[in-house]
Amino acid sequence: MVTVEDGRIVAADNACTLGEQKFLGEPRLKGPIQREGKGWKDITYDEAILRTVEMLRDAERPLLFGWSGTHVEAQCIGVHMAEVLRGVIDNTSSVCHGPSILAIQEVGHPGCTLGQVKNRADLVVYWGCNPIEAHPRHLSRYTRYAEGFFLPNDYLDRTVIVADIRKTETGNIADEFVQVTPGGDYAVLSALRAIVRGKRDIIPRSVAGVPREQLFRIADRCLNAKFIAFYFGLGLTMSRGKYKNVRNAIELVSELNRHTKATISAMRGHYNVYGSNEVNTWMTGYPFGIDFARGIAFYNPGETTAIDVLARRECDACLVVASDPAAHFPRACVEHLADIPTVVIDPYPNATTAFADIQIPVAVTGIDAAGTAYRMDGVPIRMRRVLKTDYPSDEEILGRMYAMLQEDHPP
Amino acid sequence: MNEILIKNACVIDPISGINGEIMDIAVSDGRIVEEVGSGAEVIDAEGFLTLPGGIDSHTHICGTKVNFGRYMSPEDMRAGRTPRRGRMHSTSGYSVPTTYGNSYRYSGMGYTALLEGAMAPLEARHTHEEFAYTPLQDTMANVLFDGNWAIMEAVREKDTKRAAAIVGWTLAAVKGFGVKLTNPGGTEAWGWGKNVSSITDVVPYFEVTPGEIIDTMIRATEMLALPHSVHIHCNNLGLPGNYRTTLDTFDLVPDLNRKRQTLYATHVQFHAYGGTSWSDFCSKAEEITRSVNEKPQIVIDMGQVMFGKTTTMTADGPMEFNLYRLHHNKWSNHDVELETGSGIIPVLYRRKNLVNSIMWAIGLELALLTKNPWQCLLTTDNPNGAPFVRYPEIIGLLMSRKYREAEFATIHPDTEHRVSLPSIERELDWQEIAVMTRAGQARALGIVDIGKGRLAPGAEADIAIYPLKIGEVDPGREYERVIEGFRQTEYTIKRGRIVSRRGECLVWGNNTTIWVKPKISERYDMAQDPAFVEKFDRYYTVRMRNYPVQEEYLKRNLCIETETEL
Ligand SMILES: [Zn+2]
Repeated sequence: MVTVEDGRIVAADNACTLGEQKFLGEPRLKGPIQREGKGWKDITYDEAILRTVEMLRDAERPLLFGWSGTHVEAQCIGVHMAEVLRGVIDNTSSVCHGPSILAIQEVGHPGCTLGQVKNRADLVVYWGCNPIEAHPRHLSRYTRYAEGFFLPNDYLDRTVIVADIRKTETGNIADEFVQVTPGGDYAVLSALRAIVRGKRDIIPRSVAGVPREQLFRIADRCLNAKFIAFYFGLGLTMSRGKYKNVRNAIELVSELNRHTKATISAMRGHYNVYGSNEVNTWMTGYPFGIDFARGIAFYNPGETTAIDVLARRECDACLVVASDPAAHFPRACVEHLADIPTVVIDPYPNATTAFADIQIPVAVTGIDAAGTAYRMDGVPIRMRRVLKTDYPSDEEILGRMYAMLQEDHPP
Repeated sequence: MNEILIKNACVIDPISGINGEIMDIAVSDGRIVEEVGSGAEVIDAEGFLTLPGGIDSHTHICGTKVNFGRYMSPEDMRAGRTPRRGRMHSTSGYSVPTTYGNSYRYSGMGYTALLEGAMAPLEARHTHEEFAYTPLQDTMANVLFDGNWAIMEAVREKDTKRAAAIVGWTLAAVKGFGVKLTNPGGTEAWGWGKNVSSITDVVPYFEVTPGEIIDTMIRATEMLALPHSVHIHCNNLGLPGNYRTTLDTFDLVPDLNRKRQTLYATHVQFHAYGGTSWSDFCSKAEEITRSVNEKPQIVIDMGQVMFGKTTTMTADGPMEFNLYRLHHNKWSNHDVELETGSGIIPVLYRRKNLVNSIMWAIGLELALLTKNPWQCLLTTDNPNGAPFVRYPEIIGLLMSRKYREAEFATIHPDTEHRVSLPSIERELDWQEIAVMTRAGQARALGIVDIGKGRLAPGAEADIAIYPLKIGEVDPGREYERVIEGFRQTEYTIKRGRIVSRRGECLVWGNNTTIWVKPKISERYDMAQDPAFVEKFDRYYTVRMRNYPVQEEYLKRNLCIETETEL
């Protein structure tokens, strides 16, 4: 429920803490700006669009990066732009859940929608993630504090296990906390797989800091559960072992399905990063890191991902849409970003603004723009427009750019 | 006005009763007309075989699980890629191509309408978004009701009207076309890692049987006067001995509709297995087709398997898990709250594998032993049995005993003891192939009246011209020419425009999503049913008001409104 007064949002009930920040958030740019000397000057949307198109036209190897914070309709145009430009298009999963995707491409993904978890999961495992901080509504909507059809007494009916290298807030509300030595996730998951396969006798007294008795107890909790929901975060994806950790977790869950019901899912970050994965996949065949240099869609994470293209100083222009690479990328990448022409399309100034030549503010999806987002479980949601402003949407801005680029390449 | 005159077309149009006549076809404004003006663009069909545009009545091309098939399979994406060229965008994929890949390849083969076989209502937006990027065909989506909680509760209460009201509300909300039951009851049981094993097995908690779900849904579908019948993927898919479940299912079906079948059973190849285990696995196509031949109220599609690599994907979650345990390759699963499930695994069908060889033979037996071609349609359950690009080879096999024998000589030698295929002499003719690839589909889907599957004046100008002179080719001997001919049209015409010329797609597309909205009185409007609304908002993770697919997701579309008993 969003309350609007005089064209300004004054209250947002029932929005999660993160959503609230977005709604009531920081000041937005009033219009497009272009770097001039050490400062900025205001330019019109027409000028900003034309200059961006000129930048992309001049580029030999443009990079189109970001996409996680915008709606599906804009993401689709982005793919078409990359194709016509023979550029590289990548999204933020290459720096967060990219390893999870690589694991899925090796062993698959036994998953489900969030409602299955809410209505059925009597055992929830959070591994290397801290939802109380990163996904504050997850526990109340779907797990610990959620009433489900088959679990009318939320707190009592469900068991929660948290595994992490240190006790987080989420660890405090767990029935069982598993403290894993940093870098030990792979070993602990392997031990659990062995136990589930009936090989208790080979388990040493302790595995990566976890005592054998606890490992047995967790495995038994799993084997006795009716429905297990396993969630993992960057603590698993980005620690030693990376995608191998995720692969091991998936294989543990697949193994558990021989005994009971078990599902696994990544706790994804940006609200529509999954939308970008979906769009890229139906349009190009691959979820991220796509290179159109040879006309076909080519995918090779580690080569065609944004960080690598930047670190090799290969791209000569960058369009950043709805994300903030300067805040997350290694320094060498950001330095290259500063050296090449860069345009940011984003409602708010962010760390990347400091390295950009132009920034084009747009409407925010779910506030003053409507559009589609994919929830982390794959359910597509219509984000409504609750406020009418003069800001154009990402879809409009990119649509105009694409129309101009198409004129360069008539069929 | 956009007018075309196709001269010297050798037309087969089974619905209009035209069989191999050389004639002209006039097209104006997207429809077939009696005549056109002198300014019309003239296409010389040179006596080539000219058919209504192909229709696939059961394929998996768009939506959550199809896209997950792509997402998890970069190896398949690499196996088929083309660059951006002319009006064609780049494509990737062999067994699960990108949306453009599907659309261009189907169009090159003369297909102008596609029915996505399985759409979970909760994820319908996704299917419609991909439809928008499948530009060269009309699209329809069957909606999954196999594990729908509200439906199962209505079945338990023996309240067919309520079941019909729920179907009606859901179809209109998600812009769906027809009712799909995938392993009815089994997908809900899979929510607990379980399954059902016959049509009389009881679904945990809900205390209904698959047979009761099927029976209620058939009656509900007729109450709503839906264009298409219930479309079923029977229980026990892929298991030795499952033909009994299939026959039990067929025996449930009354004959309730004058214009079409009362039950459409899909990919029946996967449901026509004898034996008690993989070691005595054998064909029961004779028993299945005997039942179909006695029951005009049933239409089946083949679900043909072709040797090679592909990806299996279905809403039948427990079945995919069983397959995973056999193949030990990667496995994905995706259960959908209060509705259904799904699973995906890659497979390789091998000639040297006895079970795979028997499966290949069963699909062909079904088509050859079903007397009436209107009752057995050509599919592979794309991509489950094989990617749709293999259809021309299947046509070749059905038209040529010689080709079947040549292929049979290359498969597992024990196959001959488990199947009857070698003794079947029948060779299908051009007319029967036209029925099995478009006219039969149009009738089975109930879209003849909106101009599909025929070429008489008033019909939609969806036309496929193949480089085949039927008077000069002997399909029995020259099957290779038949296969080549069906692989690529000279012209594919969609809505009166040339969309594909020798495989090159020439226009952007923008075709029609066909959906159904039953007219239901206020008394049966589920949106005003307090119990339904309360449960919905309590147990789904989206609010009921956010569930319907908004108009924004439909580009060009046609809504078929039906007069119902509610
Ligand atoms: Zn299917």
